[in-house]
Amino acid sequence: MIAFLIKRLYHALLVMFVISIIAFAIQDNLGDPIQQMVGQSVPESEREALREELGLNDPFLVQYLRFAGNAVQFDFGYSYTFNQPTTEVIMRHLPATLELVAASTFLIIALSVPIGVYSAIRPRAWLTRFFMGVSIVGISIPVFLTAIVLIQIFAIGISVTPFPADTGWGAWLNDLLSTDGGMPAYGRGDPVNVFGTWDTNFASLTGLTYLVLPAVSLASIMLPLFIRLIRAEMLEVLQSEYVKFARAKGISLRRIYFIHALKNTMLPVITVGGVQIGTLVAYTILTETVFQWPGMGLMFLNAIQRSDVPLIVTYLMIVGLIFVITNTLVDLIYGLVNPTVKLTGKPA
Amino acid sequence: MTTTNSSMDVAPVASRWSRFRGSYLLYSFKRDPIAQLSLLVFIVLVGVAVLAPWLAPMDPYDLAQIDILASELPPFWVDGSDPAYLMGTDAQGRDLLSTILYGARVSLIIGFGAVALQALLGVSFGLLAGYLGGRVDAFLMRLADIQLSFSTLMVAIVVGALVKAVFGGATYSDFAVPLLVLIIGLAEWPQYARTVRASVLAERSKEYVDAARVMGFTSRRIMFRHILPNTLSPIFVISTVQVANAIISEAALSFLGLGMPETHPSLGSLIKSGFDYIQSGSWWITLIPGAMLVILVLVINLLGDWLRDVLNPRLYKG
Repeated sequence: MIAFLIKRLYHALLVMFVISIIAFAIQDNLGDPIQQMVGQSVPESEREALREELGLNDPFLVQYLRFAGNAVQFDFGYSYTFNQPTTEVIMRHLPATLELVAASTFLIIALSVPIGVYSAIRPRAWLTRFFMGVSIVGISIPVFLTAIVLIQIFAIGISVTPFPADTGWGAWLNDLLSTDGGMPAYGRGDPVNVFGTWDTNFASLTGLTYLVLPAVSLASIMLPLFIRLIRAEMLEVLQSEYVKFARAKGISLRRIYFIHALKNTMLPVITVGGVQIGTLVAYTILTETVFQWPGMGLMFLNAIQRSDVPLIVTYLMIVGLIFVITNTLVDLIYGLVNPTVKLTGKPA
Repeated sequence: MTTTNSSMDVAPVASRWSRFRGSYLLYSFKRDPIAQLSLLVFIVLVGVAVLAPWLAPMDPYDLAQIDILASELPPFWVDGSDPAYLMGTDAQGRDLLSTILYGARVSLIIGFGAVALQALLGVSFGLLAGYLGGRVDAFLMRLADIQLSFSTLMVAIVVGALVKAVFGGATYSDFAVPLLVLIIGLAEWPQYARTVRASVLAERSKEYVDAARVMGFTSRRIMFRHILPNTLSPIFVISTVQVANAIISEAALSFLGLGMPETHPSLGSLIKSGFDYIQSGSWWITLIPGAMLVILVLVINLLGDWLRDVLNPRLYKG
């Protein structure tokens, strides 16, 4: 176990090293800090002196080591647009993104496990076919389009009159197909401050209403994947010998499904799922753009539009760190819950 | 090749067409109405996209044909529509139907181009990694692992943003199609590489490979002529899914402003430009291209599902 742990940590450090090289290369090639610091009228000789003073003429390796040394202390310099340390800017935007991801993760787990298990237990039921059909349609809808459709239906509202409105049933059907809208769709509303830079949307009912549409959109991208994954794994487990044996012994079906089979179903789901939850961060860029949700993704996109290089670099490093931590944790958890996994890479 | 083959094939080989007619692939296709419908819709969509310059009522790239006074007209079934514009017009007064046809063309070109690049990179790397093993394998697969752990979309967005920052917005727009093919192709090759590597590993230990090696064939020949044909079914299956993914990735990049410019829109940039007008009630500018995108991706995904069920390759899990 210790060897496995060390190997995973070494791997994580290696990845962070690669990310830092990329991030540094971006910083080195994209932004000219002198340009940002001084005006047009400053003569070239002064610029050169400033460049020398800041160490921008040092060799690549020296500059990289300085960058890495600062990065370890979470010091990435100042954002051009906010005029604050980039880490402070990120910390202010991080809670919004994390709350969005947390709400989506909750929705995904709460819906995918029962639906996935049901469709595995009753593979031929019409409800299963319905879920499978919906899930393949769900995979085919890009997350920003789901978001736009949700805004149209629940925030703006739709009024359609395909049926004659002067008859009772026609008006009723028209009402059924139309929506009033009115759900808040832009921004976070008025989140409650918990401490420091952490404002939460979970504390009040109005806060939650702001969270609903973005969280549902974000969840919609992963939900079909999880349903299909859980279903496939569960179907495989139900074919295994020990489930047949348990059935032959007369253990109640409910116990077999939810105690014996589900446990082994969740093993691969943890690995694949854990990594996918990490990739939700990538999709927050799209969701936050549509809903103007003031999280890291929207901040990153604005930073790109304003060429705020230090902020871009910090975002890459921090998101890289989040990915590496999730992946390493997932691997470690998997190693813990599944003792048969080859921990050291040596033949067992 | 020809000499060895003709001496070994004693019985006349059935022609490709008759082999196809007797294949399980065709048999199951005939019995699957969803696959038939998907293929039909897919062919129609590709057809109208390819023939857009001849089918479309107007040329959305031609500024002379655009009438700004006719902007934001609704589609034909809504009050206030103009019969000249079947699907209405967008905010610049372009005929939406024509713009969608041209946009689907752009989306399909980028989708197929990106998948061709991914397949080229991924199949070569996967073959190398699987066949050579050792350090090459460790290096390539570590690279693939790292890239996949960041989600392909994230990689595409970051690379797109950086390329745009380096070249500047105007140059980026001019070369958007090849750049997007490059970005999406580079972002998604690991999917191919892992799948191909997994099946190469399974094939490598089989006797025909040993036989070929004993006969003194070069590694390159064994890889491309002997092993590659036997890994084709998983490649076909992921190719369909990857085309759908590439089209969605392109749409996502365009939606973020990192893709096709509005003057030369793909379906994604149409959705983006329409989104600005959704609050003013002009839902069709964003939702009709959106519907087109979803139908296109859906039929490709359905075909991919069907193909996976039929060919049933041991897809790499996870």
